[in-house]
Amino acid sequence: MNESNDITRRNLLVRVLAGACALTLGGCQKLSESTWFSQILGTGEKVTYKVQRLLIPRKAMAQEFTKADRSPLFRSNGTAMPNNPAYSAMAGRGFADFRLKVGGLVERPMSFSLNDIRALPSRTQTTRHDCVEGWSAIGEWKGASLGALLETVRPKPSVRYVVFHCADPMEEDGSSPYYESIDMEDAFHPQTILAYELNDEPLPVANGAPLRLRLERQLGYKMAKYVMRIELVEDFSKIAGGKGGYWEDQGYEWYAGI
Amino acid sequence: MTKSECPVSDGYMYYRHKLPVRIIHWLNVILLPILLMSGLNIFNAHSALYWGKSSYTGNPPLIELRSKEGEKGVISGVTRILGNEFNTTGFLGASKNAAGELNRRGFPSWLTLPGTQWLSMARRWHFFFAWVLVIYGTCFVSYSIFSRHLQRDLLPTKEDWRSIGKTFIDHLLLRHPTGEAAKNYNLLQKLAYLAVIFMLFPLIILNGLGMSPGMDALLPGWVDLLGGRQSVRTIHFIVAWSLVAFVAVHLFQVIVTGFWNNLRSMITGKYRISSEAEHERK
Repeated sequence: MNESNDITRRNLLVRVLAGACALTLGGCQKLSESTWFSQILGTGEKVTYKVQRLLIPRKAMAQEFTKADRSPLFRSNGTAMPNNPAYSAMAGRGFADFRLKVGGLVERPMSFSLNDIRALPSRTQTTRHDCVEGWSAIGEWKGASLGALLETVRPKPSVRYVVFHCADPMEEDGSSPYYESIDMEDAFHPQTILAYELNDEPLPVANGAPLRLRLERQLGYKMAKYVMRIELVEDFSKIAGGKGGYWEDQGYEWYAGI
Repeated sequence: MTKSECPVSDGYMYYRHKLPVRIIHWLNVILLPILLMSGLNIFNAHSALYWGKSSYTGNPPLIELRSKEGEKGVISGVTRILGNEFNTTGFLGASKNAAGELNRRGFPSWLTLPGTQWLSMARRWHFFFAWVLVIYGTCFVSYSIFSRHLQRDLLPTKEDWRSIGKTFIDHLLLRHPTGEAAKNYNLLQKLAYLAVIFMLFPLIILNGLGMSPGMDALLPGWVDLLGGRQSVRTIHFIVAWSLVAFVAVHLFQVIVTGFWNNLRSMITGKYRISSEAEHERK
């Protein structure tokens, strides 16, 4: 008698606990879907950005590795072949007629051929690519210093961000081209390059040919592939979803240093 | 005679937990599940753990939660630990979603925050509350040192060390200190709390920061001292489950040493010390 009482009491307790857990989890799901709570959680990103900028010296270098550390395969994530006829045609011609347009708030808007880009001061670096998903791959990149490229177009003093417009549409109907943005501190960092070589070979299409951004102190999604146009802006709130990048518009943080 | 039948006059109330300790305790109760569950959602985005600098130096993974597609497209969940495969359908690798359909996912929906596979939102939860934890954790450690809570209540005394064997055996036999002896933490309790505060928490924060490409640049190569970027992800995961193991043992002890008395003392601070006479009666 006593025992069965105990069991029902225990059952009840378990049910109450399970119910409380279900309510809490349901509540957390609701909170996640609400704008206001998501914005509160988003302050975490702002704190991280401020603290990391304060703590990490401007020119502090991301770790570099040796050739022996290179991953046997440099994984292609996201787009492996842009669903874009103009891009495919250009790739078919070996990017001979590729022109990188650089404009926006600059004194001298310019366009660069691949040869022009190769003529800019370059840097070779073996670095680790950390994906937001959790995996890492190590590769050796060679590319033009973004800082050197930006100096030739003479940014206006009001410029705060560099925006990269890409050839890969993120929607199946060919809309929502990938784009990304970085601040001036990152743009002029010595390891920030427009890479045209991976592991001593011309950059493969799967990894962003003919040019991809390398931004070694942030996560992979910041490093736009298939860069076609660079725009210098004071703010990016009028571009696409207004959050400064394709994945940012989907809810990822603009500052991806963590 | 059971405890609940004892009149209070048989013992007396002792002020056991100061307010800051109680606040920290309940903050932990809220924060740890949030950090664990949002962390598991983040883990699910790539449900494999490696040792080394990249996911290739550390291939094959130490731990992997995968799904397999069998005949007629039926999926099953597989957990691989150090090369050994286990079928964990329904829990790890493949589990049911809210609609009751079997889905490919590392940890099941009821263990992740948010319940849906939603990496960007899980990261928001995780990093916001990681900051909250770092801030109150720092406050708590400073408080413990300046109020002498650390020296008075947590650091083992000479007597503690002398009775190490007895304390250990008492623990195994679930013989818990009563009466005046229950006022202080015993040696194993002290060591457990010290390990959590000064080892597991610093380790989990350090290895969490080791995953940040920004913090990686602070001192080039420091992440490799811990085994590399993929290793710190693995250590972060293992320490998280060590904290879960601590909580499990802690809850067990809370229940066997008098659940309501413990709960009250962690809410109001007051802990009932039973009189020696009562023990004799038992």
